[in-house]
Amino acid sequence: MDILALKLWSPYWVGAGIGILSWFTFLLSDKPIGCSTAFARTSGMIEQALTGKFVKNQLYYQKFPAEIDWEWMFVLGIIIGSFCSAMLSGEFQLKWLPSLWIARFGLQVFPRILTAFLGGILMGIGARWANGCTSGHGISGTLQLAVSSWVAVIFFFAGGILTAYLIY
Amino acid sequence: MLKNLHLKKQTQLIFGLLMGIIFGFLLQKGGAGKYDIILGQLLLKDFTVIKIMLSAVVIGMIGIYILKGLGLAQLHPKPGSIGMTVVGGLIFGVGFAVLGYCPGTISAAIGQGNLDALFGGLIGILIGSGIFAHLYPGLQGVLKKGWFGDITIPEYFKVNPWMVILPLCLVIILFFYWIESMGL
Repeated sequence: MDILALKLWSPYWVGAGIGILSWFTFLLSDKPIGCSTAFARTSGMIEQALTGKFVKNQLYYQKFPAEIDWEWMFVLGIIIGSFCSAMLSGEFQLKWLPSLWIARFGLQVFPRILTAFLGGILMGIGARWANGCTSGHGISGTLQLAVSSWVAVIFFFAGGILTAYLIY
Repeated sequence: MLKNLHLKKQTQLIFGLLMGIIFGFLLQKGGAGKYDIILGQLLLKDFTVIKIMLSAVVIGMIGIYILKGLGLAQLHPKPGSIGMTVVGGLIFGVGFAVLGYCPGTISAAIGQGNLDALFGGLIGILIGSGIFAHLYPGLQGVLKKGWFGDITIPEYFKVNPWMVILPLCLVIILFFYWIESMGL
């Protein structure tokens, strides 16, 4: 069990593990690993709860119904799995600020939350616009050799690298 | 294919949860839920994220194409176009660097206790997804521009998939040797 208590595993082993996991998602569930659609479905469920109006008349939610599906449970699982891993290694810690951010922008919490919020909005729009994220395109799509996913992942990193250099 | 198993709705929801738990466990152990590591990747100073992604591609690709050859799995390549994939990819990329997490890794970040992920990023992604859903009917023209569909690279070149898989694995392994030799 010592290995489960380690803080960090080699990225190569982690990647190999994710690759093997994807065999099972295809074999047992006929699903590629993916995350961002679950956020869109959740957004639809929240809108439905807040406005009291069913979103199923909207074109987008006809394509991706606002309901709990395999991928939604998968994303919930990520939170639980990460929590278990962090607890086993003693890494779990409630933290407002990442250290790289502190070194560049200081200790105030609000600017980071606002930045994360704005970045989140862009990411939400971009993930749905591109029809996938770093999991659905970046891992599952590329390993299926989908043209769309290789194009997407190149532009994810092009946009990301450029912006990261502007920020830091 | 295990068609009957795929159709069992409750079982599939439980499978989704269990497979997600494994994915989250792996992401956390790999450090992929950390803002510092993701920004380190985008600043090209720490190649953890690329190492994880590309080794998942090598192992995943070989297995999935074997399963497909045995008739045990079918592919689900996503459709794409210039207007969809390039424009959306760039917006995503900007958000990736500003937020410092992606939809998968933010879930891992929340699980390990990062509150900027929970109270900033998560709410942002949910609102952004909602904004897109509302823009969606008006974006149909842009999203279809430069359509290339759900084609795969071997289909595009009309070759046996292994003619792409084996050279690609070789290139990725050489790339790993190169970044390790650079001390990244």
